[in-house]
Amino acid sequence: MTEGWFNIFTEALWILLKIAAIVLPLFLSVAYLTYFERKVIGFMQSRIGPNRVGYFGLLQPIADAFKLMFKEIITPTESSRLLFFIAPILTIAPAFAAWAVIPFNAELVLADINAGLLYVLAMTSVAVYGVIIAGWASNSKYAFLGSLRSAAQIVSYEIAMGFTLVGVLMCANSLNLGNIVAGQQGGMGQWYVWPLFPLFIIYFISAVAETNRAPFDVAEGESEIVAGFHVEYSGMAFAVFFLAEYANMILVSMLAALMFLGGWLSPVTFLPDSILWLFAKVAFLLFFFLWFRATFPRYRYDQIMRLGWKVFIPLTLVWILFVGLMMQTPYKDMFH
Amino acid sequence: MDIIFYLFASILILSSLKVITSRNPVYSALFLVLSFFSAGAIWLLLEAEFLAIALVLVYVGAVMVLFLFVVMMLDIDLKKLKEGFWDYMPVAGLVALIMFVEMIMVLNQDFFKTMQATPNHSVSNTEALGQVLYTDYVLPFEVAAIILLVAIIAAILLTLRGTKTHKGIDPADQIKVRRDDRVRMVKMKSETSIKRSR
Repeated sequence: MTEGWFNIFTEALWILLKIAAIVLPLFLSVAYLTYFERKVIGFMQSRIGPNRVGYFGLLQPIADAFKLMFKEIITPTESSRLLFFIAPILTIAPAFAAWAVIPFNAELVLADINAGLLYVLAMTSVAVYGVIIAGWASNSKYAFLGSLRSAAQIVSYEIAMGFTLVGVLMCANSLNLGNIVAGQQGGMGQWYVWPLFPLFIIYFISAVAETNRAPFDVAEGESEIVAGFHVEYSGMAFAVFFLAEYANMILVSMLAALMFLGGWLSPVTFLPDSILWLFAKVAFLLFFFLWFRATFPRYRYDQIMRLGWKVFIPLTLVWILFVGLMMQTPYKDMFH
Repeated sequence: MDIIFYLFASILILSSLKVITSRNPVYSALFLVLSFFSAGAIWLLLEAEFLAIALVLVYVGAVMVLFLFVVMMLDIDLKKLKEGFWDYMPVAGLVALIMFVEMIMVLNQDFFKTMQATPNHSVSNTEALGQVLYTDYVLPFEVAAIILLVAIIAAILLTLRGTKTHKGIDPADQIKVRRDDRVRMVKMKSETSIKRSR
């Protein structure tokens, strides 16, 4: 009996260690993603960006974290205190929970479950609660408007995003992320990005909208509603929202790399597959997020809704039908 | 395993109770979300991972978000709602009692009693569901889909009735606009010096 408990204990400890091995590097990536964002946008706008703390400003994210840690957290009057503090946790928990099923290479995965893709979709759709609750609990007009905008946007783009994933799983015949990557074996030509190119574009644009990033950042449109749903948050509570946004950016880029760009598989057959390929692909996609922010003006809200419902959803449906029909023809090998 | 089941089951029952007893409707909606999660967890224990994740994805991720959306914007005065509670109590109590007895009579039938789910280990839950949905039950499945489609179209049509009140612009019209429609170039002679006349 005692041995059984001991086994459970060691197994739990082992899982906790694995979680730490995923979450700690993720924290570090988030910190340096904010640094790169400021640097990249700075260069694009002929500025220098942060360059005071450490060499080339490399310690800037750490200085920022320190500053936020020592700031006072203010609760607005007549706010719902409990929900006010639960909201940031509800935002960041799904952003990290989704990483449980992400495979980093053929063996390196925390939970290798059958319905991995569905699990990730469910987790990303739960993240909207943090935003809604933050807006409501703040007892502030701007925060409430921001959260309403964000909720409508996330729910709309989730549908288009879900349909693009249907295309992927039609090609891969599996919901397991590891199997989806394994289906793209054999060089760049086998990646799903080619037969599903329109879906890839739609997925990526929807991903930008899902994470509330520019040019779809009406949820926190500075010029209209100050900072949107997190306008009343300060100190670490604000930092947690910030962390969740960047962790979500990395997550959706990781998913795009796994599902469309062959994950850890090498683009050419004479080089070995490696986790480094995965990181390179994710970094490449993340750069687009920063590039978009520096380039595009903010979308108007009704146009965001129109793009999601009237353009993306019909387009994905047509392409799914096309893939389904092609699979009944002699050309079906193109789609596997 | 039993401990985990009882843990989730008690969370489910407690949060369901809170749904109907919370004073604030937003809290009620959030407790409903919690009960969906617990129900999903119980399905996971039955190895029905597709159903569990679909419950979270559809109900928590979409339906309840829209629910919260509406509930947050309502200005509900509980005092007004509670007015006349005791006047209606005898009738409401009688109806509730009849419904309770009826439900017990239905739930005591034999086909409700043999409900031990046996997971099929040869295929995954997703695959097993897909196989029966698209073979044995394909007709009911398609009929359900069409009924849902009709409901969607009806709901959208209801919002489109009446005259157009919003100021949205059709993007097709916007991109058809040419420069000449909006701007007129005027050639003018530059002005000569002003004659000062006094």
